Amino acid sequence: MYDMKALYQAESVQDAVALRLKHPEAQIIAGGSDVLVQMREGKRAGAELISVYGLDALRGVSLEADGTLRIGSLTSFSHITRDPLIQKYVNVLGEAVDQVGGPQIRNIGTIGGNTCNGVTSADSASTLFAYDATVELTGQDGVRRVPIQEFYIRAGKVDIRAGELQTAILISRESYEHTFGHYIKYAMRSAMDIATLGTSVNVRLSDDKKYVERARVAFGVAGPIPLRAETAEKTAAGARLSAELAEAFGAAVREDIHPRDSWRAARDFRMHIAVESAKRAFAEAVRLAGGEL
Amino acid sequence: MEKHLTQYQTVCFNLNGKDVERTVDVRASLTDLLRNDFRQTSVKKGCEVGECGACNVLIDGEAFNSCIYLAVWAEGKKVRTLEGLLGPNGELSDIQQAFVDESAIQCGFCSPGFILTAVEILESGKAYTDEELRKLLSGHLCRCTGYENILRAVKKTMYRRLGRELPQE
Repeated sequence: MYDMKALYQAESVQDAVALRLKHPEAQIIAGGSDVLVQMREGKRAGAELISVYGLDALRGVSLEADGTLRIGSLTSFSHITRDPLIQKYVNVLGEAVDQVGGPQIRNIGTIGGNTCNGVTSADSASTLFAYDATVELTGQDGVRRVPIQEFYIRAGKVDIRAGELQTAILISRESYEHTFGHYIKYAMRSAMDIATLGTSVNVRLSDDKKYVERARVAFGVAGPIPLRAETAEKTAAGARLSAELAEAFGAAVREDIHPRDSWRAARDFRMHIAVESAKRAFAEAVRLAGGEL
Repeated sequence: MEKHLTQYQTVCFNLNGKDVERTVDVRASLTDLLRNDFRQTSVKKGCEVGECGACNVLIDGEAFNSCIYLAVWAEGKKVRTLEGLLGPNGELSDIQQAFVDESAIQCGFCSPGFILTAVEILESGKAYTDEELRKLLSGHLCRCTGYENILRAVKKTMYRRLGRELPQE
């Protein structure tokens, strides 16, 4: 038995919104692979829960009329990885979430839960930052859209207001079109581990594949919330591909990241692997895009 | 324990091919429901935080740790446990027999969970490399066998079901 005070099961998005307003202290539970574990650990013991797990309308990936990629918040990691639209347009996101926990966790864990947690180590988060994703929230006054960089307020705190529920993650066509990305999770084990550092890079090359049109890099665990390394992005934008560029791109991330010491790794070590991971992820993204360093 | 609302809910689902119905305390996990109400004792209580995989069951064909799955979420789902793999007279299925043949079992605590993940792998009908199989089996902890025999049992059954020769190691 879980030590919960009460369970409210939402039957629709509108019902979830009503439950949120009626029980403002209640915790939303999606797949539960964080919430139920925290409850077992005593952290959320005695809490009221609003379960949204049954809302099938929030599952699945689709393309909107303007080409925006829409990922329902309850889509599980394994379904994201296997989804043909994800594989076609943002394959790196599918690869990143294929490194969360283990197979059973990837079947229950959802992208909405992963982002609403507000933790910097979330394997989906750095890629979503690197694609300038938008978070869709539904409340009593309708839908509100927030850039993911503003959605994360501080460690463990995201911009979900009273009565709101995260209903989708959106990636615009302008953001994903003609891009190729690569994610590197640095962890102590190959499975069932939390990232010491997560690095997601995506690039768009010129038609002749000799220049970088746009490069983006975002990290998890390089600060209290996921973050972009803009100095590195500026270094690469418009530059001619070369091995030196990959080196410079990696080195430049030092300007923007601020990892800390934790029991998982020291600050200096995270700095070191951030530079190396950015370089390697950039090189792999360029290779996938058909370029040569 | 803090005071809680007394909440019960009737859950209808399909267990190993049979439609069943139970009224459960909403605080119950699916592990609780399967063990206490249906005596599915193959569903082990290990870590109870979704790390060890001992409580793994198949829900609509996918593997889930039932310890971090609310019992009420089983509504309308098809749930399979190890008990469901047995033949009408208790005969072992091919994957269970492979675990015996390969000595992929010592204490047996992790076996039901591993075998159900193996069933998901086998029913995909795909051929996987050793590296892929290791990743697919990585949600389970075994403290006895060192995993090699488990990997071999799954691999041999995969090749047998695909009607292919097992490559020489």
